[in-house]
Amino acid sequence: MLDILLDDLRFPIGLLFLIFSLILVVTGLILPLKPGADTNLNLFAGGVMGVFGLFMLVTSILSARAAASGNEQH
Amino acid sequence: MQLSFIDYVVISIYFLFVISIGILLKRKVKSSTDFLGGQGGKNAIPLWITSLAFISANLGAQEVLGMAASGAKYGIMTAHFYWVGAIPAMVFLGLFMMPFYYGSRARSVPEYLSLRFDEKTRLLNALSFATMTVFSSGISLYALAILLKVLLGWDFGFSVLLSAGIVAVYTFTGGLRSAIYNEVLQFFLIVLGITPLVYAGLRRVGGWSGMQAQLQPVMTHTWQYMGSANDNPMGIGLFGMLMGLGFVLSFGYWCTDFLLVQRAMAAKNMSAAQRTPLIAAFPKMLMPFVVILPGLIAITMTKMGGDFALPFKADGRMDYDMTLPTMLAHFYPSGLLGVGLTALMASFMSGMAGNVTAFNTVWTYDIYQAHINKNDTDEHYLRMGKIATVAGIIVSIATAYLARSFNNIMDLLQLVFGFVNAPLFATFLLGMFWKRTTGHGAFTGLLSGTASAAAVHGLTAAEGKGGWLIPGSMSSLHEFHSTMGQAFAIAITAWVVCFIVTVIISLVTKPKADEEMRGLVYSLTERPQETEKRWYLRPVSLAVAVLVMTLALNYIFH
Repeated sequence: MLDILLDDLRFPIGLLFLIFSLILVVTGLILPLKPGADTNLNLFAGGVMGVFGLFMLVTSILSARAAASGNEQH
Repeated sequence: MQLSFIDYVVISIYFLFVISIGILLKRKVKSSTDFLGGQGGKNAIPLWITSLAFISANLGAQEVLGMAASGAKYGIMTAHFYWVGAIPAMVFLGLFMMPFYYGSRARSVPEYLSLRFDEKTRLLNALSFATMTVFSSGISLYALAILLKVLLGWDFGFSVLLSAGIVAVYTFTGGLRSAIYNEVLQFFLIVLGITPLVYAGLRRVGGWSGMQAQLQPVMTHTWQYMGSANDNPMGIGLFGMLMGLGFVLSFGYWCTDFLLVQRAMAAKNMSAAQRTPLIAAFPKMLMPFVVILPGLIAITMTKMGGDFALPFKADGRMDYDMTLPTMLAHFYPSGLLGVGLTALMASFMSGMAGNVTAFNTVWTYDIYQAHINKNDTDEHYLRMGKIATVAGIIVSIATAYLARSFNNIMDLLQLVFGFVNAPLFATFLLGMFWKRTTGHGAFTGLLSGTASAAAVHGLTAAEGKGGWLIPGSMSSLHEFHSTMGQAFAIAITAWVVCFIVTVIISLVTKPKADEEMRGLVYSLTERPQETEKRWYLRPVSLAVAVLVMTLALNYIFH
């Protein structure tokens, strides 16, 4: 199954943005806002990247599982 | 700009991923076509990846930094490069030209020219394309190193070697597939990394209506001030825009540039190859909101006063090229700043990787295999492809250093490339849709198109450029409102001259037999069998949807 996942570009993309999301959310929670800023951009961007990363990761895992079980039946 | 530890962590993680993708893909490289690109087969690349790579190959630094700069300088009119330029040409490529590129089983655009015309036309195209790609790659490298020096104070040589090293590792291990995968990664990075800037910026200036209130109307309308070249900051009239950008330049670039066509050729079948540019057109038409809006926001904020202003150059003019970096530094906190900067660096590097992977293909198949060593093993050509990759990168590094010492040489080269590219689309149009076109016609047409482009530049002037064919004391034949207007006129002339000369020479030379041109010319090729069962995913349906949406965008922002 790992073999199939590594062939699927969605997997590394999902993983990368999930890591970025984690870094940004944590930084956003710790660091004070930039002077003059009215939104916590780190939290905002981290959230969006988290949703996107998770979506890519989940779809790649689902299709890898489907492909793996398809192989077993043959 | 000050980077903190966390920004360096973000940058390092990204490039670790980039290199890992290359290394993971290494096991897929078994033949020369795996490395250099070729059609379909069991190793075909999924449609969504070829589509995103298709626009991402063009989403280099020139686009990311350049479009923000143009947005600040010319306003939303810059979107013409998308909604008049790119999109119609991408639709034409998908619907009408891809059947011949893909159907001919050629591995490259020059190879198509050899099948359709002859070896000399192929060699002319291959040599100019190969030269252009290595120099463009070097220019990307140079521009990135200069940017990092200005922003972060990094040493020029260090930046050049680091970026070239990263590109070398992932193109040498994974070849074209690795370049394509990383382009897609970079596409998401740019979109997700720059969208927060647009979000924060729009909040600051009070949205679109806030910008309309602050800026002159010409900055927030695409069509209203196109009547005359006097009325808009681009200095372009309606004819120049539609004919020059909309037809000659855009079709010439999007429909004949092998770097782009190569991405579609990697698709799994004809239908997927045709749909690659069509599906790419959907995100492409929305890109102005990511890359041009930051420029408009920046100029609005500069007008509003307060704590933000675009920097000035040494000569006192506004430094539009720094628009995006200045905005990033202003809005982004540590963490996100690392992401934004990574997106910029990635766009330079993937621009370089795209050029290197197109160069190694054209060198190996169209120059080496076609003219130097015709009948060797595939293993030999794979090795040659890898050598070409390394050689291409070394020449790029040399070019970057050359550009640093002689800045004018780069301007001159880009000018000459423009002369060479301008007539190309006339040759392809005639070759694909008029079976009477001959190799002698195409070759002579290309050369005279290029010569006429140079002549127009030499006889006219704009912003103090051109006019070198005219003796010192006399003034030029025509003075353009802007260098962009001059460039459009050069392109139109080159296209028309190439078209006419190709037709005349073709009529007096002997055409190829019909048998030899099956699959290469419209009238001798069966329409491709549509393999896609769902009607809404067929090329024609997608093309209609793309065009309707593009018309709507043109209307909304007119």
